[in-house]
Amino acid sequence: MVSLLPIPHPKERRIIFENISRPGFSPDIETYLAHGGYEELRKALQMKPSEIIDAVKAANLRGRGGAGFPCGTKWSFIKHDDGKPHYIVVNGDESEPGTFKDRYILHQDPHQLVEGLAIAAFATNTHLAYIYIRCEFPHAAKIVWDAIKEAKAKGFLGKNILGSGFDLDIYVHQGAGAYICGEETSLLESLEGKRPYPRIKPPYFPAVLGLYMKPTIVNNVETICHVKHILRLGAEAYAKMGTPGDGGTRTMCVSGDVVRPGFFEIPCGGVTLRELIFDVCGGLKPGRTLKAVIPGGSSAKVLRADEVYKIKSKGADGQMVEKDLPMLDVVMDASTLQSVGTMIGSGGVMVMDDSRDMVWALNNLNQFYAHESCGQCTPCREGSLWMSKVTTRILHKGGRSDDAKNLKSIADNIAGRTICAFGEACAWPTQSFLAKFPEEFQARVEEPAP
Amino acid sequence: MRAYEEQIGNAMTSTTTRQADGVTEPFEIEVNEIISHYPISKRSASLPLLHLWQNEFGSIDDSGVEWIAAKLDLTPVNILELVTFYPWFRREAGGKTIIRVCRTLACAMAGSYEVKDKFCEAVGLDPHVEHHGYGSAPPTTADGKFSVEFVECLASCGSAPVALIGDDLVENISPADVSSIVEQYK
Repeated sequence: MVSLLPIPHPKERRIIFENISRPGFSPDIETYLAHGGYEELRKALQMKPSEIIDAVKAANLRGRGGAGFPCGTKWSFIKHDDGKPHYIVVNGDESEPGTFKDRYILHQDPHQLVEGLAIAAFATNTHLAYIYIRCEFPHAAKIVWDAIKEAKAKGFLGKNILGSGFDLDIYVHQGAGAYICGEETSLLESLEGKRPYPRIKPPYFPAVLGLYMKPTIVNNVETICHVKHILRLGAEAYAKMGTPGDGGTRTMCVSGDVVRPGFFEIPCGGVTLRELIFDVCGGLKPGRTLKAVIPGGSSAKVLRADEVYKIKSKGADGQMVEKDLPMLDVVMDASTLQSVGTMIGSGGVMVMDDSRDMVWALNNLNQFYAHESCGQCTPCREGSLWMSKVTTRILHKGGRSDDAKNLKSIADNIAGRTICAFGEACAWPTQSFLAKFPEEFQARVEEPAP
Repeated sequence: MRAYEEQIGNAMTSTTTRQADGVTEPFEIEVNEIISHYPISKRSASLPLLHLWQNEFGSIDDSGVEWIAAKLDLTPVNILELVTFYPWFRREAGGKTIIRVCRTLACAMAGSYEVKDKFCEAVGLDPHVEHHGYGSAPPTTADGKFSVEFVECLASCGSAPVALIGDDLVENISPADVSSIVEQYK
């Protein structure tokens, strides 16, 4: 088990993982209650639902699942008194390579999720919610089920919660090994018992035509947990921890070639890549130099260690100035990563040192996407398979001289031409690896076939 | 269709014993409990019922597809199309303990290909036999005790390489540890 550092790193600020880092903390309700559990739910039930949504908006909470959509805005799409049933579905299908944070929340602090979900349900006038957990977390599903039963027995769920007149039922729903179900509309199809092909947007925005064609909120596990802390700390204090537009803390999951991989809860924008890799994670393995970083889950575009980005920002005199930003000085927040052409995504940081073969790494990811494409849209179904075939043949020295061009052409013809964002997710690794490490691909295809 | 059936084995066409004949009363009670979790549409229960079925019978045969479909007022193809979509579900049973080694980047960087080969050797399987999926059984030992297969990211990249053995996540696996890990599941 990757565990938290016994003493938080000075760059860390544990809110979501505060309980989990307490010695002896266990997932049962008594332990949770002993540490202030369900106090925020009590507080929320005294508030107006619109006040809760306003607080989440003011907190600048962005989704932690990958797309980074502002959470309060998402909630405000649900019209409180439209007479329709509303649903909330928590996305615990954590499957993006490089991401491993929800796993620990689900296994170790399930009541935090249940409490956050109850608050979210009250804010959006929702009486039925599902927690979708990938089936590769069988213990987590059981732990969350037990937490729901305990909470119900104590009156935090079920009918007339804490005498407020508000009702909520929560059920756990297990996936069956398909990455695509992390896409929110695919997840809804899966939950409806159908083949989980993503729905086309418009018109099927979950907030309009979601689960059972009713207004639905789909939020990531970590996002829902943050809600409780927004009420606890106050929206303003919560927002202040992060950057303007990206409030609070974010769990960064670091894997690959670092001395101390793991997950670290850090205020949004609180570290640069340099600090994260060389300070928080103890640096690279002895004698190694940094080659590349995938900053936000495998779908995020790769960054090359020797890159220097040109960033435009407003100077002191109000004029736009252009600044050089070396790759290691990139701040880990949504807007900085966007400005260097990639994304914070799900917070999965994969570090590669100079021992890594970029063709091999891309081929590994291409095999993943080829396996996980749901097959609904032709560009993705065919393209992901072809990208995998082409990188495989380059890797095994059967590459053709125009294969780099072929790969780019395939990737360029997927992105933007599919129903869901999987198209971009599978095209971006190929596009970025080719653009950033062209020499490695070119050198390989020039090798004669065996 | 014929070629496809031959490709993935006889399990698609017929089996000598029907799994549905083994449905017991406690099983049906559990089925009804699961259906009650979906007050808006019982079709939503299809995934959990498939899990329940596969846990009980090891795989999902035609009789299982038909039984679940009848229970949920669906046509069998509504269930079959789920079985053939999700990698987790099988038309043929694997071993009693299935060793699922993570194949994706962080684990691969930490040596999961070698670890998977070691698992195959430790249980007595040929590591070079490729498994094509499509609901067929993964390579399984002759005594039916173990299957070994690659799966995609298990979301534990910080403790790579990892494997899901039965219901347990085993982390930071070094090739040298594999045989002693297998011993614990014998």
